[in-house]
Amino acid sequence: MPDLSSIAPAGVVETLQDHWHTLLDGLKVTLELSVFGGAVAFVVAVVLGLAAISRLAVVRTVSRIIVEFFRGTSLVVQLFVLVYVLPQATSVGSHPLLFCVIALGLNYGAYGSEVVRGSLNAVPPGQWETTTALSMSWLTKIRRVIWPQAWALMLPGLNNLMVMLVKGTAIALFIGLPDLTSVGDDLRKSGVDAWTVYGISFVLYYLAALAFSAFLRHLEVRAQRRLGIRPSKVKTAQATAEAVA
Amino acid sequence: MPTDKTDGAGAPDLSKQSGAAVQTGPDFDGNGRPRIAFEDVSKQFGKNVVLNDLNFNVAKGERVTLIGPSGSGKTTILRLLMTLEELSGGFIYVDGDPLTHRKNDAGKRVAMKPKEISVIRKRIGMVFQQFNLFPNMSVIENITEAPIHVLGQSKDEAREKAKKLLDQVGLGDRAEEHPTRLSGGQQQRVAIARALAMEPEILLLDEVTSALDPELVGDVLGVLRDVANSTDITMLLVTHEMQFARDVSHRVMMFDAGHIIEEAEPDAMFSDPQHERTKKFLQAIL
Ligand SMILES: Nc1ncnc2c1ncn2[C@@H]1O[C@H](COP(=O)(O)OP(=O)(O)O)[C@@H](O)[C@H]1O
Ligand SMILES: [Mg+2]
Repeated sequence: MPDLSSIAPAGVVETLQDHWHTLLDGLKVTLELSVFGGAVAFVVAVVLGLAAISRLAVVRTVSRIIVEFFRGTSLVVQLFVLVYVLPQATSVGSHPLLFCVIALGLNYGAYGSEVVRGSLNAVPPGQWETTTALSMSWLTKIRRVIWPQAWALMLPGLNNLMVMLVKGTAIALFIGLPDLTSVGDDLRKSGVDAWTVYGISFVLYYLAALAFSAFLRHLEVRAQRRLGIRPSKVKTAQATAEAVA
Repeated sequence: MPTDKTDGAGAPDLSKQSGAAVQTGPDFDGNGRPRIAFEDVSKQFGKNVVLNDLNFNVAKGERVTLIGPSGSGKTTILRLLMTLEELSGGFIYVDGDPLTHRKNDAGKRVAMKPKEISVIRKRIGMVFQQFNLFPNMSVIENITEAPIHVLGQSKDEAREKAKKLLDQVGLGDRAEEHPTRLSGGQQQRVAIARALAMEPEILLLDEVTSALDPELVGDVLGVLRDVANSTDITMLLVTHEMQFARDVSHRVMMFDAGHIIEEAEPDAMFSDPQHERTKKFLQAIL
C-alpha cells in the first residue's frame, strides 16, 4: 500500500490526522440521515405510488395532491416548517434529526412514488389481466405478481433518487445538525484550508453515495435474475423517464 | 333440447348429435338456468358501439366457437365475461347469477360490488393469445399460485394437482423450469394448465394458437381436444383453426359488427353456410 502522503496533498493527511474524529461524527450523521431518510422515502414512495394507480379516484387525487405539494415546494422550507413552526404550533417538541429524516423522506418519497407508479404501469397489461382471470384479490395481485416485476423496473430510478438523497442530506446544515457538511464548514471557519476540507467532504459523500448505489444495484441484479430475463432497456428507461417527467 | 351435451357424466358425445334441430335458444338445467346468458348486452368504447343489445345463451357443458371478421366483437365478448371490460348496458348471468350488474327490486340496473363479482368470476377461467405466464415464478408456481392464494389450497395439495395437470399437458418434466425457457407452444400449454387448476366451470379461449409458430399449434390444440373430451367444462372459443372448431364445438356463432348473423352446428355452418357474409368469410379463411 502506497504511503497516503505520496498521493494526497500534505494538508489532507494532516487534516485527517487532526480532525478524523470530528469528520467521522459528521459522516455518521450524514449516514443516519441517508439510511433513515431513505427508508422513510421508500415507504412513502410505495404508499403514494400504489395510491396513484388505485381504482378509486379519491385515492388517486389525494396521492396526486401530496406528491405535487412535496415536489412543488422547497425542501428547505419544508424542513424549516417542521423544525421551527411545528414545535411552536404543537406539543411534539423539537427533534431536529427526526424532522430532517421526515422532510427528506416525504420529499424524496414524493419523487420516488412517480418511479413506483411508472414501474407498476410498465408491467404489461396482460399480466394484470391474467391476475384478474385467476380471481386474485388486489393484495395477491400486487404482492405476488405485479410487485416482483415492477421491483426490477423501479430499482434504477430509486437508485438515482437515493444518490440524490445522500447528497441532499446536506440541508441538515440549515438547521444546525452536525452532519458532514456542517462539521466541514466549522473546520473551515476554525482555520483549516477550505480546499482541503471540502475535498475530503467530496470524497466522503462520493463514497457514501457509491455504497448505497452499489447496494441497490445488487438488489436490481437479483430482481432481474429472478425474472429470468434482463428487463428490456426500453422498459427501464420508460420507468425512469416517467420518474423525472 | 339435446341433453347429451348438457348433463350427465363424461364428455358430450358429438357423434350423438342429431343434424336436426340446431340449438339456438337457451339450454337449461333442472333449475332452468343456462351456464352463460347474455341479456341485452351493450358495449361501447367511447363513441364506437361494439355490441348493441346482444342476446345469447350457452348451455352447461356446451362448447361454442365464435367466428367472424376482425373487429366484430369476439374478443370483447370474452373479455366482458372475464370482467376485463365493463358492460355499457345489459346483463351477463352465470348459472343464473348476475356477474357484474343486477336488477334491483325496482327493476333498475345496478352495478355489483367487487366482492360480489369476484365470487361469480371464480367460475370462469381464460387463456390468452399471449400466454401471459408470470416471469417471476417457475412453471409449477405459475400453476399453484392462484389455487394456493385464491382457493386456499395447501401448498402440497396445489403442487400435486399441478403436477397432474402438467403431465396432462405433456410437460411433467418441466415443472421447476423458468417459463422463458419454454417454447411458445409449451408456454401456452402451461397457461392452459394454470387456468384449469382453478377448476373453472367456464373456459374462455381467445385465439390461443394465433401467436404460435405453425409447427407448435398442433400440440396446443391436442391438449384442448383432451380437455374437451375428458371434462364437461363449458367453453367459449375464438379460433381460426376451423378443423379444430369443427371437431370440438357443439355450435358455431358467426358475428358481424357485434351481431350474431348466423349460428349452427359446425358441420352445417362450415359445409352449408346460409348467410352471404358467412359464405364470404369462410371462403376467405378456409
Ligand atoms: N380497449 C379498447 N378501446 C377501444 N376500442 C376497442 C378496445 N378493444 C376493442 N375495441 C374495438 O372494439 C371492436 C371489436 O374488437 P374485438 O372485440 O377485439 O374484435 P375481434 O376480437 O372480433 O377482432 C373493434 O372495433 C376494436 O377497435
Ligand atoms: Mg380478437
